[in-house]
Amino acid sequence: MTEQLSRRRFIKGGLAGTVAVSVLKDKETQAAHDFEGYPDAMGVVVDLTRCVGCRSCEAACNKEQGLPEPAEPFDDFSVFDYMFHGQKRRTDEAHYTVVNRYEVPQLDHPLFRKMQCNHCNEPACLTSCFVNAYTKTPQGAVIYNSKVCVGCRTCMIACPFYVPTFKYSSAFSPRIMKCIFCYDTRLKDGKPPACVEACPQEALTFGKRIDMLEVAHQRIRMEPGKYIDHVYGEHEAGGTSWMYISPVPFDEVGLDTSVTREPILNYVKGFLAIVPMVLTIWPALFAGFHLLATRKDRIKESQTDENQEG
Amino acid sequence: MQPGKKMKQAAWALGLGLALLAPATGQAMSAEDAPESVEIDTLAELYGPVSFDHAMHTDVAQCSDCHHHTTGTDPTDPPCVKCHYGREEGETVSCTDCHAAEPFIQENLKKLENPEIFHIDKPGLKGAYHINCLGCHQEVGGPTGCQDCHQMTEAGEKRFDTGKFAPAGYRPGAEQHEPEKKHE
Ligand code: SF4
Ligand code: SF4
Ligand code: SF4
Repeated sequence: MTEQLSRRRFIKGGLAGTVAVSVLKDKETQAAHDFEGYPDAMGVVVDLTRCVGCRSCEAACNKEQGLPEPAEPFDDFSVFDYMFHGQKRRTDEAHYTVVNRYEVPQLDHPLFRKMQCNHCNEPACLTSCFVNAYTKTPQGAVIYNSKVCVGCRTCMIACPFYVPTFKYSSAFSPRIMKCIFCYDTRLKDGKPPACVEACPQEALTFGKRIDMLEVAHQRIRMEPGKYIDHVYGEHEAGGTSWMYISPVPFDEVGLDTSVTREPILNYVKGFLAIVPMVLTIWPALFAGFHLLATRKDRIKESQTDENQEG
Repeated sequence: MQPGKKMKQAAWALGLGLALLAPATGQAMSAEDAPESVEIDTLAELYGPVSFDHAMHTDVAQCSDCHHHTTGTDPTDPPCVKCHYGREEGETVSCTDCHAAEPFIQENLKKLENPEIFHIDKPGLKGAYHINCLGCHQEVGGPTGCQDCHQMTEAGEKRFDTGKFAPAGYRPGAEQHEPEKKHE
């Protein structure tokens, strides 16, 4: 399976397809089940026993992706105390990655966890997008084409890790923003992402996803008392390119342990068929009708410089 | 991140010096043969070089705590003991000779494909330094702040938006209230 995993394989014809999706089951869903990710996809193991919360990864991402100047310097650690509506910091359009601190009773020191897009093998964001804005590249990155994005926010709802967010500064061209695995500046040329390169602790280990799985399991095997015997992301959401290993149960470091092992896309399709989309995204829908009408041209136009834009 | 030439030379000199000093019988090297101090500037970019007081550290740590099995002393990590117990000293003892400055470049990732390779998870140079140094410092109460070991350079201040590159209006200590997020 060398052809890029395209949402088009699952949902043909945009909105109509989305509504009719429950009917489309058998053949198309079967294809989804057979897809176990690209064999040469790259991956990262995030080892929470190593992370010291230095925020070097955040700083590197900010510069690599040309994100806006932060509110506070990246060596200000008071950000770990910030709470927004009772929630720790999370990724958004100005921060593709954030590190949070977790106090855990088992250890005499806190743990830190970096979060970003996990680059799912079978991304729910991609499957749920009805204008085909997302692409899963053979290198493992889940990238997007903001030129065709209509700002409907379906991917925000679909993502099991709450990753995609929107830039609202321009109301007329909403733009999805998320970690792209440094695809256009690094990954496509075989280089490690900026955050990985910046990490002093090598808490982020980069390589082929299959090799990284082996590395993760070996670390657990070699020092059994040190880790929980589980690689988060090996199966979660159908498998992700970014995976975590931890000395404490994953829910204690803010990872959702109820995420299904099956690819989210099966669920998303059901979900979208049931939830009356018009009620939740009514305004975007109108925009969508217009955009759908002109979609073909836009796609054609953008295919030349496909996904160059982050 | 380019490997500093100076460090390479220093590593060579160090390796060579130790090779000459080491007794030919293959017994363990001794701490007295080692250099007094080593300037670690291989990766100096965002932070300046580290002036590492080697002599002081030989008083507080075993050779094998940092050099694993290469100085001819038995390793202390349980997984290493299985193969490297009771071995002679290695041909090389400097960190840079085993730990790659750029562990994730294609050339190094390719090596992982060799099924014979046992060390599939060897940290790169920067990782090796920090995991080992900081890990021990945390255990024994040594300095753990970034700038306790290396001063941030101007490039570093720029990268971290700090010092003279701090965001306008930033006051250290005062919580910077970011605009409320509009996630719904
Ligand atoms: S983590 Fe979310 S945004 Fe990233 S690929 Fe998976 S579904 Fe998409
Ligand atoms: S992979 Fe690139 S875009 Fe993603 S968090 Fe790391 S530096 Fe940022
Ligand atoms: S750079 Fe590495 S050690 Fe520092 S916060 Fe990020 S993941 Fe943790």
